[in-house]
Amino acid sequence: MTALGKLIRTTAFKLSVAYLVIFTIFAFVALAYVAWNARRVLDDQFVSTIQAEISGLSEQYRVGGLRRLVNVVDRRSRTPSASLYLVTTDTGERIAGNIGALPAGIIDQPGQFETDYARTDETNAAPGHAIVRVYMLPGGFRLVVGRDVEERARLREAIQRAFSYALVLIVLLGFVGGWFITKRVLKRVDDMTETTRIIMDGDLSGRLRIAGTGDELDRLAQNLNVMLDRIGELMKGMQEVSDNIAHDLKTPLTRLRNKADEALRTAKSPDELRAALEANIEESDNLIRIFNALLMIARLEAGNARDSMSDFDVSGVVGDVAELYEALAEEAKTPLEVSIEAGLAAHGNRELLGQAVANLLDNALKYGAGPDAAIKVTASRQDGRIVIAVADHGPGIPEEERSRVLERFVRLENSRSSPGFGLGLSLVAAVARLHGGSFKLEDNAPGLRAVLTLPLKDRPTS
Amino acid sequence: MAMRILIIEDDREAASYLVKAFKEAGHVADHAADGLDGYAMAESGDYDVLVVDRMLPKLDGLSLIRSLREQKIETPVLILSALGQVDDRVKGLRAGGDDYLPKPYAFSELLARVEVLSRRRAAPPSAEPTIYRVGDLELDRLSHRVTRSGQEILLQPREFRLLEYLMKNAGQVVTRTMLLEHVWDYHFDPQTNVIDVHVSRLRAKVDKGYDRPLIHTIRGAGYMVRVGGEGMKDDVA
Repeated sequence: MTALGKLIRTTAFKLSVAYLVIFTIFAFVALAYVAWNARRVLDDQFVSTIQAEISGLSEQYRVGGLRRLVNVVDRRSRTPSASLYLVTTDTGERIAGNIGALPAGIIDQPGQFETDYARTDETNAAPGHAIVRVYMLPGGFRLVVGRDVEERARLREAIQRAFSYALVLIVLLGFVGGWFITKRVLKRVDDMTETTRIIMDGDLSGRLRIAGTGDELDRLAQNLNVMLDRIGELMKGMQEVSDNIAHDLKTPLTRLRNKADEALRTAKSPDELRAALEANIEESDNLIRIFNALLMIARLEAGNARDSMSDFDVSGVVGDVAELYEALAEEAKTPLEVSIEAGLAAHGNRELLGQAVANLLDNALKYGAGPDAAIKVTASRQDGRIVIAVADHGPGIPEEERSRVLERFVRLENSRSSPGFGLGLSLVAAVARLHGGSFKLEDNAPGLRAVLTLPLKDRPTS
Repeated sequence: MAMRILIIEDDREAASYLVKAFKEAGHVADHAADGLDGYAMAESGDYDVLVVDRMLPKLDGLSLIRSLREQKIETPVLILSALGQVDDRVKGLRAGGDDYLPKPYAFSELLARVEVLSRRRAAPPSAEPTIYRVGDLELDRLSHRVTRSGQEILLQPREFRLLEYLMKNAGQVVTRTMLLEHVWDYHFDPQTNVIDVHVSRLRAKVDKGYDRPLIHTIRGAGYMVRVGGEGMKDDVA
């Protein structure tokens, strides 16, 4: 494709051509309107001049008869740039005036006509075109007064000439302007195309240049840059998640494989094999749980559970789950203090909130259980929001680690010995986000206070 | 009691595993590999329970169930789904399914659920007795009284519901998730042994001090209430 072909296919060029055509049509219409109006004004002027002369001449005829009329007509005919005059008998014989000949029949009736004519003086031998008015004088004579319309033709020519000059100018300017715009815009778009190509080739650090003019292209470039930032973040997140998955799923999978392998090599009795198989099933079940939890978090983060949301009783859910775990707390000899404000309602998914609160209690019992370390479960209304908190007196989580433990598969070093996959708190955070709420970990001095905040729904629906 | 089970599942390996496992458990199982075959076989109405995969070629699982229900075929349906998420479960039950099990699942869980479904078909809710009896244990659903050998046992409301559900399905395995679903009305996966603790508390009230335990732990599956435990490994807490 040649440079010209490339130019012709650009949007800027097409726009320039379109504007050119529109301007041309506009100029044409405007000039035609001017021409038409000028002609009308001119015609009006002709008609009123003729009318005035006729009434003047007929007055002369009334006062001084034919002789006086002929005298006046003769005199006027001789003045330069005179009107056209003709006085005839009723049979059409010329008595006076500067019109040599008129087409037959014109003078037979009164009225106004546009007609060809010939002058009497030789200087203007060529036939002209005129507006004439035929007036019947008393006594059968006819008076014809007219104006040559040569001026009108000249006006039209002038306008036509103006139009062609204007057209040439418009096209010329249009092409030059269009070419400049095309060059300029094309250059910037080409720059953007080049940058995006580099980014597509894998260098995600590239950003589009901002010209600083604040125009459409700048805004586009800014938005694309923001989009690139977001893609970069997502890529980084994906990378982290896949690294984590690789590590945290590979470990149990390897364990599973090794156990099976070991059983195959060393098991002597059916009972030993059976025990190994049972252990393998248990390990597989754990893997299934990890997968389920991961899938659930992924789907919550994609907002896929929105369809199954309805208004539900938060107080009831927190109470149910607290009751569910109360037996476990008793077994762990840990007092469970539950304080729930009645009638808290929210819009969301009851099951998911149940799961989230269960995860919090699970964690609290796992890390914070002890005879003098009561676990507190509270749910209350605070500043128009529902605040659900589970507080323990366990080792807590150091402040700098708190946001990290909400990420998938993050388990703190001293918790590696306890069962779990490091997904519990991530799920709670995902549930909070899905409900338009928030989740944060605080210092319970000593211990951990996990606080889940949800938007309050005013009317509890039963 | 042998059941006739129809498995509608397009994954041949999974299906043959299920057919074999159900046969080993003493039931009769047939297999249909796509939605249309499955529909035709289910329409004959000779099955006690249908196990339907959600994603099937030719006719998807939910449409199949909806069509059956429109034909007034009320065979209990258990839906298997790889999409085991909260909203999918609701959609499945809304389409006319009776129970829902996300893949992957343990066969013991599936078997327990299928057996409960088949029993429900045999005894509709209206025919439920007001008093459940297992051995010398009696539970009156109206007066909420529980007695063993004529001696009253005082239970918390939740313990009562737990025992009620176990006794309603006496002689059948009830899994932990089934208990969480029916006694607490939640469908999530409790991470620790929360259900076990509740059962052992109940067991302390019901079985302690009696020679013959009635609440049995079925290893790798769940719990069962019944008289005697031949062939079962009991571990009474």
